[in-house]
Amino acid sequence: MNAGGRASRAWRWLREHAVNVVAALVVVYMLVPIAVIFLFSFNDPQGRYNYTWVGFTFEHWAHAFSRPELNEALKTSLELAVLATVISTIVGTMMALALVRHQFRGRRLSNFLIVIPMATPEVVMGAALLSFFLILGSPSLGFQTLLIAHVMFCISFVVVVVRSRLIGFDRSLEEAARDLGASSLQTFRLVTLPLILPGIFGGAMLAFALSIDDFVISNFNSGTTVTFPLYIFGAAQRGIPVEVNVIAMMLFGVTVAAMGFATWQQRRAEKMASVRPEQEAAPPVPVGAGAAA
Amino acid sequence: MRRRIVPYFLLGPGTIWLVVFFVVPLFYMAKLSLESGVVGELQFDWNWSNYSEALSAYDTQFVRSFVYAGVATLLALLISYPLAYTIAFKAGRWRNLLLFAVVAPFFTTYLIRTIAWETILSDESPVTEFLHAIGLAPSGHVLATGPAVIAGLTYNFLPFMILPLYASLERIDGRLIEAAKDLYSSATQSFLRVTLPLSAPGIVAGTLLTFIPAAGDYVNAQFLGGAGNRMIGNVIQSLYLSQADYPSAAALSFVLMALIMVAVVVYIRFAGSEALMGEEAR
Repeated sequence: MNAGGRASRAWRWLREHAVNVVAALVVVYMLVPIAVIFLFSFNDPQGRYNYTWVGFTFEHWAHAFSRPELNEALKTSLELAVLATVISTIVGTMMALALVRHQFRGRRLSNFLIVIPMATPEVVMGAALLSFFLILGSPSLGFQTLLIAHVMFCISFVVVVVRSRLIGFDRSLEEAARDLGASSLQTFRLVTLPLILPGIFGGAMLAFALSIDDFVISNFNSGTTVTFPLYIFGAAQRGIPVEVNVIAMMLFGVTVAAMGFATWQQRRAEKMASVRPEQEAAPPVPVGAGAAA
Repeated sequence: MRRRIVPYFLLGPGTIWLVVFFVVPLFYMAKLSLESGVVGELQFDWNWSNYSEALSAYDTQFVRSFVYAGVATLLALLISYPLAYTIAFKAGRWRNLLLFAVVAPFFTTYLIRTIAWETILSDESPVTEFLHAIGLAPSGHVLATGPAVIAGLTYNFLPFMILPLYASLERIDGRLIEAAKDLYSSATQSFLRVTLPLSAPGIVAGTLLTFIPAAGDYVNAQFLGGAGNRMIGNVIQSLYLSQADYPSAAALSFVLMALIMVAVVVYIRFAGSEALMGEEAR
């Protein structure tokens, strides 16, 4: 085999796989910042700024929770995210059920009301809510206003995720339960709910991720309350402690684990729902992927 | 009778929440944008000059926001399409792993991601040195420039582009592409005349979902840009939170909202509102 033949074969391979090569590069590009955050969680900076690599240390992982202000901010964020998730998931699931399963007047308007917050820049939502609270004079800015804001922007996303799962739902399973004498409440509790639970869980996870990560809207409506992103923003001026990277990676790990669990649950539910052999289960899509889709 | 009440009962709490804390605040902001006076003594007097003054004072930031967001959206589309295409048609058993890689950035705090780019693009970093070496960063600086802000915007909203693109590509019936091949179209022709048009809904959705948050963003400009790269979001933020010039800030927010609404309405006419919400259009 001469060199020319090899070169032309390499060229042919590249032409055939050009799209895949580009795709691989894009994946690398998407993961590089995460790798940087991870790497710099082991950095041992001399000054206050964690921007250049100095040396390797486990110090900050060993003492991840050594900064009281940071811990306080993290605690606030977690409480906020849990409450916002619970409320928005319940409310959003109810809306999704109404939209998929019922015909009613005002359907288009409801759809519009759900889409519009997702199509509004965060800065406008934050500014509008702040205007509202300022003019009303109450409630005073703080945890309550943050909770109101977070539930508000999470609802639409929960609706979209839960509803995308509801659309593929096999209604004949419910009919079977009814035929076997189950009441409508029993049917919902024993058939519907277990089958849509992965979708609800997916919606809840997305709400949690959105809430714990929100900076812009929180920045407008927090008053003196400090959440994790707000702490980072404040700390950015005077140098971000390495512990922030450590905690960010911990949150990342927990979210990834939760997502793996959700995907597994979803596959199980799909298997449960596709008992009839000729029926093909929809390809599993990681939970949360339906958010923007 | 009971069946008719059920949907309204289910919709009730969410609708009330969205109306009270999303729609009503917009009216309050509209009112605020027409007030005059200083904080504490604001009076509502249909002061339309807030709009004209704010617009003439910050027109550069407005134009800049839309240019940055537009360029970032275009770049995101060019970057995302090959990846979405690969995941939809070629990934096979790697599909879930790749989809995971796409959403993974969502799981790290947005601010920290942006700050990571600050590290990556800082003056001593290998990336900056490489860009300098190949002549793309002649000054040796990347941070505090427009391209740095655009790079950050492109990166941060990438999943919003990839996921809708993937969703629309994945839905394409493979037989249509085979038919094109059977009718002697080249790979390029069948892509341009079959695949690309069929993925149009994904392109429209992805473009909007990227452009909207990018146009209103101020985090990237704050961390990656300099004084000359402030976007309209930075202005609104600082007028509200530092200078307490609420009427001007409210007026600017409204104009931003209105411009984006126009884009959404055009979109809805173009693709149908249900396309953004899932595949219920049938």
